[in-house]
Amino acid sequence: MSEASFPSMEGPVCPLPLKHDDQIILGHGSGGRLTHDLIKNIFLPYLSSPPLLSGDDFARLTRPNGEVVVSTDCHIVSPLFFPGGDIGRLAVCGTVNDIAVSGAQPLYLTAGFILEEGLPVQTLVRILESMHIAAQEASIQIVAGDTKVVEKGKADGLFITTTGFGFLPEGRTINGSQAQPGDVILVSGSMGDHGIAVLAERGELGFSAEIQSDVAPLNGLIQDLLAAAPHTHVLRDPTRGGLATTLNEIAAQSQVGMLLYENTIPINPAVQAACEMLGFDPLYIANEGKIIAIVPPDEAEAALEAMHRHPYGKSAARIGEVTRNDAGRVLLKTRIGATRILDMLAGEILPRIC
Amino acid sequence: MCLGIPGKIVELYQQAGLRMAKIDFGGVLREACVETLPEAKVGDYAIIHAGFALNLLDEQEALETLQLLRDAGVLDEELNPSSQT
Amino acid sequence: MDLSLLNQTLRDERQVKAEIEKIRRRLTRSWVLMEICGGQTHAIMQSGLDQLLPPEIELVHGPGCPVCVTPLELIDKALAIAARPEVIFCSFGDMLRVPGSNQDLFSLRAGGADVRVVYSPLDAVKIAQQNPERQVVFFAIGFETTAPPNAMSVLQAKALGLKNYSVLVSQVLVPPAMHAILSSPHNRVQGFLLAGHVCTVMGYQDYLPIADQYRVPMAVTGFEPLDLVRGIYSVVKMLEQNEVRVENAYARVVKPEGNLAAQAIIQKVFQPVDRNWRGIGRIPLSGWGLRPEFSEFDAELRFDVGNIQTSESPLCIAGQILQGLKKPFDCPAFADPCTPQNPLGAPMVSAEGACSAYYRFARSSASMKG
Repeated sequence: MSEASFPSMEGPVCPLPLKHDDQIILGHGSGGRLTHDLIKNIFLPYLSSPPLLSGDDFARLTRPNGEVVVSTDCHIVSPLFFPGGDIGRLAVCGTVNDIAVSGAQPLYLTAGFILEEGLPVQTLVRILESMHIAAQEASIQIVAGDTKVVEKGKADGLFITTTGFGFLPEGRTINGSQAQPGDVILVSGSMGDHGIAVLAERGELGFSAEIQSDVAPLNGLIQDLLAAAPHTHVLRDPTRGGLATTLNEIAAQSQVGMLLYENTIPINPAVQAACEMLGFDPLYIANEGKIIAIVPPDEAEAALEAMHRHPYGKSAARIGEVTRNDAGRVLLKTRIGATRILDMLAGEILPRIC
Repeated sequence: MCLGIPGKIVELYQQAGLRMAKIDFGGVLREACVETLPEAKVGDYAIIHAGFALNLLDEQEALETLQLLRDAGVLDEELNPSSQT
Repeated sequence: MDLSLLNQTLRDERQVKAEIEKIRRRLTRSWVLMEICGGQTHAIMQSGLDQLLPPEIELVHGPGCPVCVTPLELIDKALAIAARPEVIFCSFGDMLRVPGSNQDLFSLRAGGADVRVVYSPLDAVKIAQQNPERQVVFFAIGFETTAPPNAMSVLQAKALGLKNYSVLVSQVLVPPAMHAILSSPHNRVQGFLLAGHVCTVMGYQDYLPIADQYRVPMAVTGFEPLDLVRGIYSVVKMLEQNEVRVENAYARVVKPEGNLAAQAIIQKVFQPVDRNWRGIGRIPLSGWGLRPEFSEFDAELRFDVGNIQTSESPLCIAGQILQGLKKPFDCPAFADPCTPQNPLGAPMVSAEGACSAYYRFARSSASMKG
């Protein structure tokens, strides 16, 4: 790994003759030769962009017209790999989506990595490769990054923090306080896939399922949606807390009521089965590749069609409407035709026997 | 107080002296102890609670329940589109 | 047989409403029915069935929430055991947020205790096998439904010769609770929906003498909307015809004698004991405890947890709610300050506690009627 003409890092600096190329060690975070080599040989092949390759600690970026939209996210998911994705894909897609739901086009991402001592380098490579693929799919560049190493036990393998930048076209106002009575509520697909896929992979509850995380970059889907429904009022991705929590947040922000129809909400049968076994409600389970769209009634049909035409929107559905009554409250018309409250998530979701 | 749901027995085996089964809940698989079902066979349906079989599902009774839906003529319909009004 | 088709039928709006119509045509007066099982309370509120029923039917919720009735002292013992560094404390998820005198298992875990949620007690036995140098304790709560898996875990630990597995037992029984409710001078309950999965294990013969003694008709009832409404119809029909019987409205799962193999497993490990019910008090022979030959697996004996001074919130009226004497809306602390995030008592934190169900599903039901 180190060139023959330079002193190796073994000897006085590193008293044990450790091999440094299959595991992350504390030395990789010290800022010296090991760090340099790690970045050059492991990070840059996957996160390459002109700013990163320049070797400076800053990135000079060109920017189109429009307001800047920024979002940041920390990713600590365990396990690192799960059916349908991994922490790297999650990191890129999570921030891309947070930017995209403002109606802005995401362009740039930064990524900070906290690596746990002992993390296999091969694991890091897999994750970086996944980030590279996700970034390409989303047409974004990763332009700045940083990495530190902490002692064993201080990180679950690795943590990633991403910050994204996008640019908002003139005149576009899409946010949680824009919902209006009469608006139609749409979702881009099935609810609960990501949370259940991760839970299955963790293995603590002993079940296996044919369920994949839905983690995906949705800026393409959102662009198609906005082209068909330019007066869309609200876009949001129902991540932690699920559909129910996210809609409650929007209802509170917009000071409107909402009425959903339980039998129109798409749920994967295997997700439904897992939830029934454990006593979960899929409406509270995290999604990482879905959006909620709240659109004026005359654009609902077009919005739905646009989503259906996109690979990530094939199961898109109309699930309810925004109402004038019960401001701040989300109601659910159940399968049997009764109406009840659909509250926010209170606390952690735990499996139950009762 | 009793979250118990029906699942199909897809495999039967012994594990550490206990009669166990692999249960298919419809795309979700989990093992359960079936010591309480000495006569169960692969293909039977059981009610599972906390990783444990409580009893077999009586298929005759279940089919009678299914007959209700048939009689009401709703088997070929989509899920209740008329309730969205 | 297609399971998803079966589930579809049991949740079918038309079927449920047709059954409700049958109830409506039978009714000549009001009736008070109790569903004893917390899982049924949850199912009724989550599906909104309570709103579709004719107003003459008043549903009162019973103490069938093992989380709610586990005595405060035992919760505090659980916390004391779980705090020990050598212990891996395993529990059903339901118990994690139940408030003890000072904290709950969830916050104990946040503070560094090794508290693990398991789906099955047999998983706790596996954890014991995998961690021979640690003490694994399983919180064995539940009604009769959960007794077979809880008992089996003890049998399995014995068969494997495990010295590091023990159970903290809080098994409670339905029939003595029903006696306590029906014999109270304040009782208003006229008909019972029997807990379908309790009866799956135990059968329903034990309820015939109770029905007779108090002249209260009963129906073994399941958990899906159609099961629940058929159970209600069965009881209403008997009430209107002035008949007292125990009928089975969950015949696809429940047999009159229950599951004999499951009962044998219970008998091997457990024996009847007096139990304290949180909020209600001591009910004689209302629970199960470990038989003497299994006392080595009793966590209360294995761990000396000393004198526990309990302190219950003075505002909490859980006892009256669990006995069906008051509704959650009657409690002055309901929703303020008592909420699922800040529970004063167990029925607000447990998934199938009446207070939690009302808070989550029915908080302003006035705005939704009609």
